[in-house]
Amino acid sequence: MALRELSSLEKCLGLKKPNKYGTQGERKVPVLQNNNGAPLVGLVTIASHLVHEAKKTVLLGNSAEERAVVQQWLEYRIARVDNCPKDELKVILKELNHYLEDKVYIAGNVFTLADILMYYGIHRIVVELAIQEKERYLNVTRWFDHIQHYPGVRHHLPPVVVLRNRVYPSGHH
Amino acid sequence: MKLFVGEGNPHSVKVLAVLELTGVKCDVQLVNNEERVVPYLTRPVLPVLLLPSGQHLFSPNTICQYLFDVSGRKATDATNQWMEWEITDLQPAVLQALHMMALQGKRSEAAAVMKEPLSHLEQNLRKTSTQFLTSDVITVADIVLWAALYPILSDPSFDAGDLRCVRGWFDGVDVQSACQTAAQKVLHGKSSEALKTFLQKLPATQTQRRDGQTSTNAAEELSHNPAEDTERVMSEVEIEEAARMWSTCLKYSHAAPQRNHPILPQEGRRNVLVTSALPYVNNVPHLGNIIGCVLSADVFARYGRLRGWNLLYVCGTDEYGTATENKAREEGLTPREICDKYYAIHASIYKWFQIDFDFFGRTTTDRQTEIAQDIFWRLHERGFLLEETVEQLRCESCQRFLADRFVEGVCPHCRYPEARGDQCDKCGRLINAVELRNPQCKVCKETPVIRSSKHLFLDLPKLEGELEKWLDQSTGTGDWTTNARQITRSWLRDGLKPRCITRDLKWGTPVPHPDYKEKVFYVWFDAPIGYLSITANYTDQWEKWWKNPQQVELYNFMAKDNVPFHSVVFPCSLLGAQDNYTIVNNLIATEYLNYEDTKFSKSRGVGVFGDMAKDTGIPSDVWRFYLLYVRPEAQDSAFSWCDMALKNNSELLNNLGNFINRAAMFVTKFFEGRVPEMLLNDDDKRLIAAVSWELKQYIQLLDKVRIRDALKCILNISRHGNQYIQVNEPWKKIKGGDTDKQRAGTVTGVSVNVACLLSALLEPYMPTVSQTIRTQLEAPPNCTGAMIQGAGTFICTLPAGHRIGTVSPLFQKLENEQIEGFRKQFGGQQTQIPSTASADTKLGAGVELNSSVNVKADPERARRLAEQVTEQADKVRALKSQKAEKSVIGEEVGKLLELKKQLALAEGKNQEPSNHKAKKK
Repeated sequence: MALRELSSLEKCLGLKKPNKYGTQGERKVPVLQNNNGAPLVGLVTIASHLVHEAKKTVLLGNSAEERAVVQQWLEYRIARVDNCPKDELKVILKELNHYLEDKVYIAGNVFTLADILMYYGIHRIVVELAIQEKERYLNVTRWFDHIQHYPGVRHHLPPVVVLRNRVYPSGHH
Repeated sequence: MKLFVGEGNPHSVKVLAVLELTGVKCDVQLVNNEERVVPYLTRPVLPVLLLPSGQHLFSPNTICQYLFDVSGRKATDATNQWMEWEITDLQPAVLQALHMMALQGKRSEAAAVMKEPLSHLEQNLRKTSTQFLTSDVITVADIVLWAALYPILSDPSFDAGDLRCVRGWFDGVDVQSACQTAAQKVLHGKSSEALKTFLQKLPATQTQRRDGQTSTNAAEELSHNPAEDTERVMSEVEIEEAARMWSTCLKYSHAAPQRNHPILPQEGRRNVLVTSALPYVNNVPHLGNIIGCVLSADVFARYGRLRGWNLLYVCGTDEYGTATENKAREEGLTPREICDKYYAIHASIYKWFQIDFDFFGRTTTDRQTEIAQDIFWRLHERGFLLEETVEQLRCESCQRFLADRFVEGVCPHCRYPEARGDQCDKCGRLINAVELRNPQCKVCKETPVIRSSKHLFLDLPKLEGELEKWLDQSTGTGDWTTNARQITRSWLRDGLKPRCITRDLKWGTPVPHPDYKEKVFYVWFDAPIGYLSITANYTDQWEKWWKNPQQVELYNFMAKDNVPFHSVVFPCSLLGAQDNYTIVNNLIATEYLNYEDTKFSKSRGVGVFGDMAKDTGIPSDVWRFYLLYVRPEAQDSAFSWCDMALKNNSELLNNLGNFINRAAMFVTKFFEGRVPEMLLNDDDKRLIAAVSWELKQYIQLLDKVRIRDALKCILNISRHGNQYIQVNEPWKKIKGGDTDKQRAGTVTGVSVNVACLLSALLEPYMPTVSQTIRTQLEAPPNCTGAMIQGAGTFICTLPAGHRIGTVSPLFQKLENEQIEGFRKQFGGQQTQIPSTASADTKLGAGVELNSSVNVKADPERARRLAEQVTEQADKVRALKSQKAEKSVIGEEVGKLLELKKQLALAEGKNQEPSNHKAKKK
């Protein structure tokens, strides 16, 4: 799972030579075998490394603040979204929905690695949502649709259909 | 930049250590662990770093990384990898282990959980040749890992096994002074013990491993015993201490000082000035208005007085403006007469709700003119006013300038023929009134002309810098509700624009400048000055409150629509006037209260209005209780008749009333009205400790103006009490032998003392009930103050031998039929008051209210339609309760709305404009 994600990320970053990956432990934590040094362990660590390798560090944020916001949501992805128990799903969607209310991308107005990895991570959740739920988490859906259509991102994942017009009356109650 | 940390919160240790180490400049604020600092997160999370951009960082590791980043030390692959491991592997194990150690005393199981991550660390450290994890200088990864392990490894009783390298590395980080200071600050050197409260509040998902890596028995046991289900664990020390405090009895007098008017600030006391948003005079307030400001402020004011603060609570009616002028025209009275009439209505409603103002004044007084003009001149002299010419519509036949809402015409965008002067109902676009085609005066239908008129504007952009400085300080040190902070921030983010402070009206405070002789102050500028002038009408020494920021703490209470006027606009007036004014320190804003599943609407007769509450026969205290119970704190809430009956019957009657009544009845029946001798055993002490804890919570919450949550503490206490009586069965024991009789006596004595404590805690919420309980118990008058002052101490205020009075039930059941009746009655037919204006406190919301238009009324048709509306409404409700298909409900709701529309027409009323205001994101 994480390995396919990393290979999609490589393509997305335009890296020509694919790296070699392995996994470690029961949770299948990805490991990057590195020719010149110790192997790297962990999804976010490897992903950040790849971004540096591709010389696209803008994807990690341009300022210290932006870097921190990107980092924070990468962390949210691995700490909260991955291995998320069923009853926590709604909490996560609600939080993201609230957070994205006034944002185009996760870091605000710029597309970053946080968008890519959050999209990969949350895909399995969004794909399961009913239309009505997609409307309830409107900001998440809007962001998700935007990212899945962002050039070069989607790769290994099937597209999720997002309706543009609302089907259900906007229920406040 | 600002860092929020929490006491006993292990994640706070790492960020404080990093802050100290990097020397980054940043304010640090200690907040309650329950505080929701980040608006979009569901659970309270700490620490949080508020960035200059307004973004929140809520992940402790990211905060640490950021602080390193801004001090010039970038992340590397190696540090990233350790930090990621800390999140995915170490932290879950640590939380689980701490949970076992601190709450369950299972040290060996905790060691088993920690085994894997610790040996991973040990192996890696063995391989490295550097002093720290990744290099010879300390990095962010070292601090993050050290802090995670600190509560465990610094606990001498934790057996870590043979971890030579881990120990060496840990001690190397631990000796850093930054680390020592941080750990001391948050955990007071008590390691895992200090984390108890924090761990108890963690959701079970965080204290259990999800991946089954460590399938020890402990993990299984945990799932049967999640932290949330268990009672709060109390230590022996805590229980003994509570019992000791209890037996200290009432030794010295704590009697709250008498209130002697005029109340003035005093040196050496906490001087608190409380205001509630001034209700607009021209209508009767509804329940939402009451809970939104006057009632919330009343609870806090009563509480403050009990705490022994030197507190002044002022409010009054906001009386100037177009809305009053129109109301006067409608009723054929002068504006002054309208104000007199409605001022009396407001005052009597608040009296019935037992709102204990120190002074309830009004804005149409000479002092208002004096103070408003003084502030105006000061702003003018200091160059904070701008002059601009504005084009406005004027109706020559009515001889007045038309407020936006009083013009109708063809929408310039979509050609809808009945667009209003501020907005088109069809296309929803905002309109400038002068752009309307074929404009008409709504009152006389004549065509208004465009006139230009000179107006004065307050130069907010010029004051913005000073305001931001003030806000940083005020929101940093005071209690501002989350919505108040957000609304204020969003105003500042969008940048401030000059605001017009004058109007072409007659009913207002006259502008003293000779060039603006015919004009008055716009109500938003004028109305908040009402707080000052109302105080000035209360005492000549009003400046001791209002020009005394050194001694006075100001609390403003309001609904959220009023926030910008109190946090941005009015402070700018005061800052610009440069006269050492007292400016808001604490801003408490509520969300909206809805009625059943709709909005309160005077015009449709939907909802309960202040004057009708009395006629239901339900006591004012019960209304207060329920409104406070559903107080819209973090989100909108709704008043519901069924829910009110349910809460009355379950919480008041069966929980609170039942406990107090039983405790007192036992004294009367079994002990001839005298409190029996009490010999405390462990059970009693445990109850006393549990009650003491709730009391402390109550005080902590109300100090932070968390009114609704504190009410829950009261109900928890009586729940504990009921359980205690139920388990100990004094009514059986009294018939037994001497030991049993003795036991019955102790249980009864402790219970009746808990009842006495409850009467004190209830005072801010239900003053009459509170007084009734104390009368029934013949409680000493100083008992309330004694228990509520300081951090709160539960003491035995009714000692053995104390004689209590006559006991009678406190609450009555609300029957279903009765409630159904009310629901029908208030569900949309009352038509006594044919007006369309809403009674919101509308401090310059910039919106003038609808006036009635001349539509012919048809009473007969109205009566028939009203019946149909009720029928249809019942149908919709039935469908909703049966959870019918959305589309079916939607269709029926459509019919209902159509009927209501027709009804409004038949009653000769202007329709409510489609609910723009009701729509939220």
